[in-house]
Amino acid sequence: MKPVAFEYHSPHSLDEALATLARVAPLEGRVIAGGQSLVPAMAFRLVRPGHLVDINGIAGLDHLRVEADELVIGACVRHAIFHRPVVAGVLGRALTDIAAHVAHYPIRMRGTFCGSLAQADPASEWCLLAMTLGARMIVRSVRGERSIPAHAFFQGVMSTDIQPDELLTEVRIPLPHAQARIGFDEFSRRRGDFALAMALVQFDLLDGRMKAVRVGVGAVEATARRIEAAEQTLEGGMPTMDRFQAAARAAAQAVDPSDQPQVPAVYRRELVESCVRRALERALSATLPKLP
Amino acid sequence: MDARSEASLIESNATVPKTAALRTEWIETAALALAERAARPPAAAVPDTVTPERIREETGTSDPVGRDPIGQSVTRLEDLPLVRGQARFAADLSFPRSLHMRIVRSSVPHGRIASIDASAALALRGVVAVWTHHDVADIPCIPLREGKSAELDPYLQPILADGIVRYVGDPVAAVFATDPYLAEDAAERVIVDIESLPVITEATAPLGEFLPGLPSEPTIVRKGYGDVDAAFAQADLVVELELAIGRHSGVPLETRGAIGRYDASRDVLELHGAAKVPHRNRDALARMLGRSPHSIQLFELHVGGGFGVRGEIYPEDVLVLLAAMRLERPVKWIEDRYESLLATNQSREQLHRVRAAVRADGWVLAMDDEFFHDQGAYVRTHGDRVVDMTAGILPGPYVLPNYRVAGHYRLTNKTPAATYRAPGRFESTFVRERLFDAIAERLGMDPIELRRRNLIQPQQMPFPRGIDTISDTIVFDSGDYPLLLDKTLDALHWEDLKESLRQRRATGETVGAGLAYFVEKSGLGPADGVRISVDFTGAVEVVTGGASVGQGFETVVAQICASTLGVDYRRVRVIHGQTNRIQYGIGAHAGRATVMTGSATHNAALKVRAKALEMAASLLGASADQLSVVDGQVVYASGDVAGAGRTVSLGDIASALAPTAPARGGREPGLSAEGWYETHSMTYPYGVHVAVVKVDRDTGAPRVERFFVGYDVGRAVNPMLVEGQIVGGVAQGLGGALLEEFSYDERGEPLAVTFADYLLPTLADVPAVEVMLTEDAPSPLNPLGIKGAGEAGINGVGAAIAAAIDDAIGQPGAVTRLPVSPARLKALLRRRAS
Repeated sequence: MKPVAFEYHSPHSLDEALATLARVAPLEGRVIAGGQSLVPAMAFRLVRPGHLVDINGIAGLDHLRVEADELVIGACVRHAIFHRPVVAGVLGRALTDIAAHVAHYPIRMRGTFCGSLAQADPASEWCLLAMTLGARMIVRSVRGERSIPAHAFFQGVMSTDIQPDELLTEVRIPLPHAQARIGFDEFSRRRGDFALAMALVQFDLLDGRMKAVRVGVGAVEATARRIEAAEQTLEGGMPTMDRFQAAARAAAQAVDPSDQPQVPAVYRRELVESCVRRALERALSATLPKLP
Repeated sequence: MDARSEASLIESNATVPKTAALRTEWIETAALALAERAARPPAAAVPDTVTPERIREETGTSDPVGRDPIGQSVTRLEDLPLVRGQARFAADLSFPRSLHMRIVRSSVPHGRIASIDASAALALRGVVAVWTHHDVADIPCIPLREGKSAELDPYLQPILADGIVRYVGDPVAAVFATDPYLAEDAAERVIVDIESLPVITEATAPLGEFLPGLPSEPTIVRKGYGDVDAAFAQADLVVELELAIGRHSGVPLETRGAIGRYDASRDVLELHGAAKVPHRNRDALARMLGRSPHSIQLFELHVGGGFGVRGEIYPEDVLVLLAAMRLERPVKWIEDRYESLLATNQSREQLHRVRAAVRADGWVLAMDDEFFHDQGAYVRTHGDRVVDMTAGILPGPYVLPNYRVAGHYRLTNKTPAATYRAPGRFESTFVRERLFDAIAERLGMDPIELRRRNLIQPQQMPFPRGIDTISDTIVFDSGDYPLLLDKTLDALHWEDLKESLRQRRATGETVGAGLAYFVEKSGLGPADGVRISVDFTGAVEVVTGGASVGQGFETVVAQICASTLGVDYRRVRVIHGQTNRIQYGIGAHAGRATVMTGSATHNAALKVRAKALEMAASLLGASADQLSVVDGQVVYASGDVAGAGRTVSLGDIASALAPTAPARGGREPGLSAEGWYETHSMTYPYGVHVAVVKVDRDTGAPRVERFFVGYDVGRAVNPMLVEGQIVGGVAQGLGGALLEEFSYDERGEPLAVTFADYLLPTLADVPAVEVMLTEDAPSPLNPLGIKGAGEAGINGVGAAIAAAIDDAIGQPGAVTRLPVSPARLKALLRRRAS
């Protein structure tokens, strides 16, 4: 469990980083931020980057701010920052709820939000968040800047639209409306393990009815995705337990999980049903935190 | 710790992987536990914890001798270097000019080696040698340590695969290079061409051949007594079950490590990183390498967990020694986690077909069991001992007048298996207690009442079981089994507990309780000795052939020495695991250390004390029977005699016994003595485990709400350490019951080779274990009445958890297989629903 030899670069500015990346991209160059997924994979020699471009020394990449109607999360923002609400309202609370499920405490201290998205693990909580809430990913290279919507960004298991010479500099998450409700639930064998299923839901509660419903499911297929059938079951309806259950069943039927000896597909569907229902219940019941 | 130092800790992982990784795992589990505890409801649901101290207070069993260190929960002598970061584990030890070894392992579960091409590896600058079987063909296979057996010998493991690979992870070649990164690079360049052969992945599969003429079942262990067939003929009821225990094992956080060094100036071969049984291993290595045992020295360092798997002789231990001699440089090997989960002994995997002949009143007439033990690819140092122990201890605490068992010892194409904490007992308790639960269900009888009717009674002690195991005739030395059951049920307020669980189930919760009874075994002999000496400062050194695997060995031996000799236990230094300091040693395994080494320490300390008193009598002008030793000073036992009040310290007595001291007279020099303890019979502690488990109906996730252990330890030298042993054992037991499994696919590919797939319990998965220690049945076999404690916590966990889950989901007998994963539990719930 020793990685193969690699060349290490520690640029001090974004321009320098992009220039380095452009140079080493054809030589199996990789960006390293928190390294919590990359380094173990290197230790197992599952990945063998020839060059590592470390972005931790670049000032200004750990920005976290609200701009217009978006929450902007910079490349070096660690998971742990979300242990407390970073923004008022449901989104801040949802981020806190979700962060508690991201691996373990030491990993959260080092690993980054954007790193999770770039890694694109099917069981990544942040990927589910990006897909469900419709985040935009901002990538830069010496060739320029691109803004990629979540549905185009995630392309498969640990596969994204980021090109080898590009750096994911920030993620932009649309702020929910004041009437919005967000709920999350996941199931894993032990706390901090990769989830076997997870669900994130958001809806606006207007006059006692659910509008603009989003239901996302992760850890079940190659990428997290929204489940239209479940959303339609809820859209415009009142938030009742029966309706939640119907939506949960619809989600369980809509997903296409792989059938593994340890985790049969039928079990995975049951977990999806449980997660969706509990996420909906949590969205409805949760009270909003006060910001410090 | 602030956020900044946390973060830098993680960064430092890359440069100091082992210690930082250990620390990270610790912080992680601690943080989880804190979070978990914070999230738990307030204490209302959690009853008072039953501590040994509380039992002592309430039962009046506190030690009559006020200052006797035996029986006191004194703090551990071992802890200072550990908590200060001054400990030295195998990876911490480096010698100048070391080479680093990397093993090339088979990626194929069974196959014939067509060719091995090491030329590309050897071409790398810094690679010193690449060995294959051809280079070590003169070294015999790793021999059996326990239970010599000609029928098992042909199945032993060579130190590098001899033409055939038999499991994924089988060592095929060894690379020696000047740094560990380079060694790993080079190992990748060794091209091994293997032609696949058919695999056997289940012990119940049709027999194959290990080699032509050698079936994949080297032996069947048969035991029994009485007339089983007659018993079944007259039974009112026959209950039959098929039960399986999953493959799992001890997984020390510190992986194995071995550093070999040959000192030509003294012609001494050294192995650093030894554990468990250094003296026995020294002798075996001496035979394998054709050297005198005096010229091989084994050194134990700090050991980050043993659990039975660490400290056996493995191919890597032999290879570093051989390479140290042949390459004339120190050779270091540190197992990585991936290797550890492939190469270190696995354990437990058995399938039992068991049946009972029962009378209508609940009296169990007979038990008949046939089981299949998955040994993996080779016979290792324990031979068939786990099978033997399973067969020997299966009847447990019940009379069972007729018994028959056949244990099939089967080779498969998986990592070889051997002993893991409570070998044969975790398995057999699961089988026996599941069977008793099934009998109770079929009879419509309370499972506790059924057990009560069949328990061996105190007046039947000592109870000859009527069978032998591991070359010992089983005679339960002492015990009051019904009393421990009563005390356990009382401590739990059992009827109230059952009622409250009934109420919770009535309101829709899926929660239940289960109980398991077991007999442990410990103190396997035959003999162990120690040497005690006192220096001129009064400091005491106990040189033992024991070993420490983190269990508190130093503290316990020091307490026994201090108690017998009359000194502060903190003045006692305990030497262990150093074969150059003492000729023989029994090590630390099978619940032996406190019984064997502790009793030998007691005997040696008696001799030192007698010698001290005799010398002091001469110095003080008293007679020895007027004197006593208190806190390192020889004093008059009574104040009413002439000269009372004068004292002489043990240090001064030691000075007076120096070879050159005139006061010595004709006495043998030195305030020192050797003491031995011999026994020809094991001692049998016993215990009860009770679990309360809640199941999430939606996800199938089990949550252990409570775990209670009642255990009669005979006499607890240090109740805190006994409790620690039990709590740690319960945690591992929960792993085997609910989480841990070395699963393989149908082609023999291992599926659990990282900690993401092999799930150890974290603190968040383990409740605050409640421990009730009793001392109602001291062993009559040793001077202090001691019985072993190391395996008490793990023994009955699988059985108790299974029973609790059955109770929770309202499906008696539903759990027939461990571990019980949420997916399997959900399938049970689904079956019920449909």
